[in-house]
Amino acid sequence: MEQFLQQLASGLANGAIYACVALALVMIYVSTDHLNFAQGEMAMFSTYISWQLMAWGLSFWVAFILAVLISFVLGVLIERIILRPLHNAPVLSVVVVFIGLLAICNSMAGAIWSYLIKEFPSPFPKSAFGIAGVIGPHQLGVVLVTLIVLTLLFLFFRFTPLGLAMRAAAQNPQMARLVGVRVDWMLALGWGLAAAVGAVAGIMVAHIVYLDPNMMAGILLYAFASALVGGIGNPGGAVVGGFIVGVLENMVAYAGNMIEKETGVYIIGNGEKLTVALVIVIFVLTVKPAGLFGRVVVKRV
Amino acid sequence: MLSLLEVKGLKAYYGQTQALYDVGFDIAEGGITTLLGANGAGKTTTLRAICNMVRRDGSIRFGDKDLAAMPTEEIVRLRIAHVPEGRGTFTTMTVDENLRIAAYTNRDKGVVAAERDRVFGYFPRLKERIQQQAGTLSGGEQQMLAIARALMLKPRLMLLDEPSFGLAPLIVVEIFRILRRINEEERVSILLVEQNAALALDLATHAYVLETGRVVMSGPSEVVKNDENVRKSYLGY
Repeated sequence: MEQFLQQLASGLANGAIYACVALALVMIYVSTDHLNFAQGEMAMFSTYISWQLMAWGLSFWVAFILAVLISFVLGVLIERIILRPLHNAPVLSVVVVFIGLLAICNSMAGAIWSYLIKEFPSPFPKSAFGIAGVIGPHQLGVVLVTLIVLTLLFLFFRFTPLGLAMRAAAQNPQMARLVGVRVDWMLALGWGLAAAVGAVAGIMVAHIVYLDPNMMAGILLYAFASALVGGIGNPGGAVVGGFIVGVLENMVAYAGNMIEKETGVYIIGNGEKLTVALVIVIFVLTVKPAGLFGRVVVKRV
Repeated sequence: MLSLLEVKGLKAYYGQTQALYDVGFDIAEGGITTLLGANGAGKTTTLRAICNMVRRDGSIRFGDKDLAAMPTEEIVRLRIAHVPEGRGTFTTMTVDENLRIAAYTNRDKGVVAAERDRVFGYFPRLKERIQQQAGTLSGGEQQMLAIARALMLKPRLMLLDEPSFGLAPLIVVEIFRILRRINEEERVSILLVEQNAALALDLATHAYVLETGRVVMSGPSEVVKNDENVRKSYLGY
């Protein structure tokens, strides 16, 4: 039972990370119809920025906030400078640019900070924080921070005028222009927010997976899976999808381990976690192509 | 006296296809002008061209500003409100959110609330449905919402693209009555594109008739209304 709860808790913590990155992906998809393949590498780069700030003597949370803010600005700049000329370009051109961005982020991180794996501190104290034997302090902290960030984002989009303008710009850009919304800037802000959310995910997960330029590659795959499961156009769905994928991958591995323990037969285990995630994607897309919460878009020909 | 909106030699293109060849008209401040014409004549294109929603050429002057190089949202911020074909309400947002988004450019919350109350004065039906999702409103209510949202921009000029489209006759009469009130009480000039020529000529003081991208007739509504060609082609008698 205890092990089950531990796996569940671990799944929730992983799920929180996937939820954040998936949310960033969906935010950009909803406003631009493009999947940002570079999201993971951007998050990794942001994590290195926070590492550097801490190496220069700043405390964890100060470095965290600064890195998130810097990521926001970098996201806005990337949209304004690199993506703005591509507004009407064919999809493949944009995909190539994203892949280029991915490669640049990865290489620059390696060049600046080397490819040596680094340890990354956890801000959550080892002692009383956490439920002994069930969920560790860092995992609990990850879930809490994620929930706080997601709640703040929800409140922002739901209740502030700027959030309303961004939603309108994503939903119907031309009509948004007709009510005076500067749609181009809303896109840039969306990119900034997505980059910031990605940074949160990266900084939170670095303690678990250790800091190196390739740390987010696998997580990005999970995030894509989560976004697809939730319905690619649905931010709430992306979050739920993240938690589902996180918990399911752990539960399946746990079940596999149990079966192996009982019967000695290895069917599935920790090595197949990513496979499980991708199988989940295939299953959901076969049964419900629009994702769990997605809406089927009917286009008139 | 300088007209509010002056358009000269307007050309417009959808990709490679030219839709407007030479459109010109004047709108006096405080008046209601209507653009008439058959399907495909270029009426909607003209409104879109004014707001820089299509590729265009020619001279467009609003007040003392040249609109030639301005992006759509800046033109709107000059207080030209465009109610497009098909209403354009944000269907997944509530009535309240649709109104608030138009007041986005207005920072003062107190003013926004007062504006909203004024708008509800013209459209009490919307006040009853304030938290309802816009996509679930009836066609007439969506049209009212689109006009109400345009009002929230405190426009000097309102561009209306076929407000009667798909609506029951009684609702259309009600909406046109409200448009007249808005013109008189708020002193909002109106440029109205309409297929329903009879209604449009009743409301408007001036009329222009478009045919395949050109203005073929213009004048005060009374004159246009009694023109034989117009009567045969657009009024049915």
